[in-house]
Amino acid sequence: MSMAATDNTQTPAMAQEGAVTRFLRATEIDSRMLGMIGALLVIWIGFDAASAFVRGGEGLLGGSFLTPRNLWILLVQTSSIAVMTTGMVLIIVMRHIDLSVGSILGFTAVCIGTMQVYWLGPLLGVGHPAIWIITLTLGLALGAAIGAFHGSLIAYFGIPSFIVTLGGLIVWRGAAWSVIRGETVAPMDKNFKLIGGGISGITPGSIGAVASWILGFVICAAIVALIYNGRKQRKRFNFALRPMWAEYVLAVAGCIVVLGVTWVVNAYYWPKGVVDRWAQQTGVTVPPEGMNIAFGYSIPVLIALGIGIAMTFLANRTRFGRYIYAIGGNPEAAELAGINTRKITVLVFALMGMLASVSASISSARLDSATNALGQFDELYVIAAAVIGGTSLAGGLGTIYGAMLGALVMQSLQSGMTLLNFESATKDMVVGCVLVFAVWIDQVYRRRVK
Amino acid sequence: MSKPSHKHPTHVERAGPPLIEMKDISIAFGGIKAVDHASIDLYPGEVVGLLGHNGAGKSTLIKILSGAYRRDHGEIFINGGKVEINNPRDAKALGIETIYQTLALADNVDAAANLYLGRELRTRFGTLDDAAMEAECRKVMGRLNPNFRRFKEPVKALSGGQRQSVAIARAIHFNARILIMDEPTAALGPQETAQVGELIKQLKAEGIGIFLISHDLHDVFDLADRLTVMKNGRVVGTARTSDVDHDEVLGMIIAGKCPPGAVPGPGALQGVAA
Repeated sequence: MSMAATDNTQTPAMAQEGAVTRFLRATEIDSRMLGMIGALLVIWIGFDAASAFVRGGEGLLGGSFLTPRNLWILLVQTSSIAVMTTGMVLIIVMRHIDLSVGSILGFTAVCIGTMQVYWLGPLLGVGHPAIWIITLTLGLALGAAIGAFHGSLIAYFGIPSFIVTLGGLIVWRGAAWSVIRGETVAPMDKNFKLIGGGISGITPGSIGAVASWILGFVICAAIVALIYNGRKQRKRFNFALRPMWAEYVLAVAGCIVVLGVTWVVNAYYWPKGVVDRWAQQTGVTVPPEGMNIAFGYSIPVLIALGIGIAMTFLANRTRFGRYIYAIGGNPEAAELAGINTRKITVLVFALMGMLASVSASISSARLDSATNALGQFDELYVIAAAVIGGTSLAGGLGTIYGAMLGALVMQSLQSGMTLLNFESATKDMVVGCVLVFAVWIDQVYRRRVK
Repeated sequence: MSKPSHKHPTHVERAGPPLIEMKDISIAFGGIKAVDHASIDLYPGEVVGLLGHNGAGKSTLIKILSGAYRRDHGEIFINGGKVEINNPRDAKALGIETIYQTLALADNVDAAANLYLGRELRTRFGTLDDAAMEAECRKVMGRLNPNFRRFKEPVKALSGGQRQSVAIARAIHFNARILIMDEPTAALGPQETAQVGELIKQLKAEGIGIFLISHDLHDVFDLADRLTVMKNGRVVGTARTSDVDHDEVLGMIIAGKCPPGAVPGPGALQGVAA
């Protein structure tokens, strides 16, 4: 092949690739994340199209996946795993693993349930407003204590985290059974129930349309402020700036996503039965054509969102986070740099334990009950979400937002297959295969980038 | 090989107490005495070369000073005062900085994060001040390695020489009094090696004491004022570089034979010591 021919065939392709690369470089968007968002969109559109044939619906493509109702529920279902995966990322980044999170979830959930139903309910009176605060606080403390205990065994006794938390997986599941002897604890406190996002009586576990819109616009303002502040910082130190158009693209894209999600959660309305009950109790007359009361952002989703932001801040903007990544990159170097790696290990596992008890609260509140089987196999979904989200099991690499997106991908698959009437066994097999496939794609991607 | 033509580069004042004195240090790993009653000292503005075969105990001795290992026996004095060094934090608090042979960099974070690892700059809100750290890093690296541009990349992506400059920058940026350099030029080309030589002379002039661990006799004769040779965990002898020649030092390293120009240590071959 002559040089001229080579040039002719390659120039357009290279120019095209150059444009994409230029775009990614200018906006500084991680192309992995873009890929994951792409995969998520494919999954959503695919399920909506497929469900259009199987059952129909009001979805974007005539299916039942891309409906406000399904997406709202999808977000609520994702929140429990998403909360835990933010901690699991940091654990895996530090070259550890935590297999015990599902069992910690189960144990703290039955403890919270027992406190509400058998101790504080009778003591303070059922529905006392202090119950949810006390039990939630004690539950979080319990989870953190269990995590800190695991972390100490790992850091100070030198037992591998795999073994310590494998032991924890078995021990805390057994402990959960011992607390309630296999019974189901129900019902949970009526205020506590709102953490799960469901409707408790006529009080919804979500914040309604007005507050959701306000929140949406506040987040948009925050995005713009962050981009502006970042540019100012770079200017201050004379670093290279993103081109102006890239800043606008990022700001506009971020705001569109936030307002889009807000619109979706506000397009899901209370069921008619609840509206009628609400009208009856508050004395409002419902017009004959019905009344649309929007759910808006649900409390578990807000919790997951808040924890995601807090954990991202912790990972990127604090010493603690910096040390976690440094330890993951080179534990010996971190130690030699004077970092107290043992203390960090204990703290990270304590944080993980606490996040597991946050998820315990969400799950038990959502189900309005606690059983000793709650959270079974969650550790695997949590680890899978982190890994699908780009966390490297070799340590040192991983992002909070990636892992949370990974959780959303996993839950989307589960939810979509449920809509298509897949058997639970089939769903498990598909999810397992997707995990392996996603990691393989990631490996191929990383090798090509190098 | 004849005596080196040059004298050691500067005059070192040894009247006061030594900057560092390690006395009678021992450490054993599973019954193997890695360091066996070794004593070394270092004066301000002095470079002491530490020589010996692989496994002679020089890196181990120096890791006791930098806090990476805890000694079994012996004492450490700084300016005549006894100090306790139980971990790397203690050593850094005393102004002892180390450039490890392995460089000890966190490969997955960038140069600025490595430069400030364990001593991050923070904003008034207590968060990491990455912009300030990067700006400072650009200044330091500009002095050490003016061609360095890859501030945003994890140090894994850097060349051997670039990684070395990051490790050196980290050691000298925090006003070290005592600098330990473990094979600082092992990964470097000739030009970069010369740069490190210049840097050592500059640091000497500032009154910093330097332990230089090296396999390269030429480096040691070029840069060190004195040298200490170790063999099988014990000190063979200590000499001014102007009082011994290459062959004599080789004899110390290989056979443990202490020449007349050197002060013998416990590891010197019996009967040959003066």
